[in-house]
Amino acid sequence: MTTPVDIKQVAVPGQRAPLGPPPAEDVLLEVRGLKTYFHVMDGTVAAVDGVDFQIKRGETLGLVGESGCGKSVTSLTIMRLIDIPPGEIVAGEIWFDGREILSMSPAEMRRVRGADMSMIFQEPMTSLNPVFTVGYQIAEAVKAHMGVSNREARDRAIEMLSLVGIPSPERRVKQYPHELSGGMRQRVMIAMALSCDPKLIIADEPTTALDVTIQAQILELIKSIQQRTGTALLLITHDLAVVAETVERIAVMYAGKIVENGTAEEVLLSPKHPYTQGLITSIPSNVARGQRLNVIKGTVPNPFRMPVGCRFEPRCPFAFATCKDFSPELRTIGENQQSACWLQYPQSELPVKNVDPAAPMPVATERVGHS
Amino acid sequence: MMTPPTPVPGAAVVEEDNVDLDVALVSLNQWQLAIKRFLRHRMALIGLAMFSFIVLVAIIGPIVGPYNPIQIPGAHVQGGDAPSLAHPFGTDDAGRDVFTMIVNGAHISLAVGFFATLIAGVIGVIVGAVAGAAGGFVDNLLMRVVDVFFAIPLLFLILVAAVFFGQGSMVALIMVFGFLQWGLIARLVRAEFLSLREADFVEAARAVGVGRSRITFRHILPNALGPVIVVMTLLMASNIVLEAFVSYLNFGVAATEATWGNALSNAQPAMGDGNWWWAFFPGAAIAITVISVNFIGDGLHDALDPRSRL
Repeated sequence: MTTPVDIKQVAVPGQRAPLGPPPAEDVLLEVRGLKTYFHVMDGTVAAVDGVDFQIKRGETLGLVGESGCGKSVTSLTIMRLIDIPPGEIVAGEIWFDGREILSMSPAEMRRVRGADMSMIFQEPMTSLNPVFTVGYQIAEAVKAHMGVSNREARDRAIEMLSLVGIPSPERRVKQYPHELSGGMRQRVMIAMALSCDPKLIIADEPTTALDVTIQAQILELIKSIQQRTGTALLLITHDLAVVAETVERIAVMYAGKIVENGTAEEVLLSPKHPYTQGLITSIPSNVARGQRLNVIKGTVPNPFRMPVGCRFEPRCPFAFATCKDFSPELRTIGENQQSACWLQYPQSELPVKNVDPAAPMPVATERVGHS
Repeated sequence: MMTPPTPVPGAAVVEEDNVDLDVALVSLNQWQLAIKRFLRHRMALIGLAMFSFIVLVAIIGPIVGPYNPIQIPGAHVQGGDAPSLAHPFGTDDAGRDVFTMIVNGAHISLAVGFFATLIAGVIGVIVGAVAGAAGGFVDNLLMRVVDVFFAIPLLFLILVAAVFFGQGSMVALIMVFGFLQWGLIARLVRAEFLSLREADFVEAARAVGVGRSRITFRHILPNALGPVIVVMTLLMASNIVLEAFVSYLNFGVAATEATWGNALSNAQPAMGDGNWWWAFFPGAAIAITVISVNFIGDGLHDALDPRSRL
């Protein structure tokens, strides 16, 4: 599926490792071995540390994980919106529509951004500029890419507003963001993102800031527009219910790495990674009334001191010796599903520490009551 | 679990806030809203009325006034006249009408205050915007220049510069004030830029492919101007005081011109003699002007700060 990338390769500033071959024609986005680090006062945070996934044309992928796992940084890296410094894209390739994005010049990237791939942000209340009308802001995106007149751009803005279900768009284009409700503003953001017919839409927690009734409307809108226009969608969320409703495939992220991916059905109904299993059993509706909610014990690892082995090992109920010392790679199970967990490897393929040849063979033992 | 009420929301009319449709017929932008809030601010309106009156007096006073502010009349009473009907603010030791001097001094005080602040504002906004938008080395360099300007005592620099660049000229005074005070504005604008650069709407604009210069001047700058306008108003008030102060020390506009500072300066030897009107009226003119400008500044602050909703 994805080309293996030497994780140990370190990017020399100004000099990148030679690119691998481009992905197949039907693959719209392929992320290979992506590592985005942030150099901050206290050290370096590996926010994204070796992420691989791909999205085919017209496909919808949900990137799921808890806060701070690196899902938003992944999306911002794909858009090349990471501030460098303090950020640094240490390694990896991002192939989009047959071109490698990380080696593009800023001017080339600006032509891609908004036109071929665009983004819907989490906070509709603050993502629109308060001093301009919403029509102006949509028209600005159109003018930046389509080389049309002010009038045509304005007409396009009206058209987009009616596409996203905003009533009397001719009047709404002349309004300022503060005159619209949160749900309306998110519709405007969606209209902006769609205004240049992008091939990929990245929606970063598009419903988190909205109240529940509006959440459902916005999700349904994104879904129906995606189906009508055939754009690919990368939906980033921490809400499993949201992905279950919206996407075809799911990738689960934990502490900067993808730990599992597959079709929505595979991941939600037969999760292979203990983290995914933990997530699914913690959904409140899985617990009978009066019982305590299931939780994944422990906390996410300190970003400055990531475990050497599997990053989920300290919290994993099934962890064994290998997990402590070696980090598992994604391994294909079944047709489409992949999981980065040593439990999925046959015992003969488990790496063994050289220093202690007398070590007992690793056995999968359940650790109960671990905290 | 998350089934929405309408199956095809793309075409469906949103119900959520149809209520405000009729209210929202007149669409106001941020500036219009700020003006609306300003006009509801009582103190600001009082300040504006007072200030408008002062400006009006400064403009038409010299034209209609019966007395010459500078020329010394032929015959006069030694030590000046107390306020009377002919001379409501009295006369000074040379027999000049104090009221006429104040009216004529008003345009110098206001001009120095206004134009010096304008120069400081223009330079400050440009330098601050460049520093805040460019970041890195350019930012560092410009801010160190500002530090240097702040390190030197302002008053001392003004006195030296006033002597150096032709003492006694109002234009020179404006230039000196303006070129020495832009650092304050530059710092403010830079700080606004640094925080706005991280604003969600700036990131959203970048995400749709808006170019760098357009983001700087169209998206960030208008949002940064609110606090700048407030600070410039307050700076104007302080410049009026500063002008009077510098003139009082005889480093300002030529002593032969009628200004508030010069009037105070002339009054100094007479203060102990009970000729209170020499000093009182120019002093009151300065105080009233500064208070009215500060009221306006206070009102602008409340009107332009999006967090204060009246």
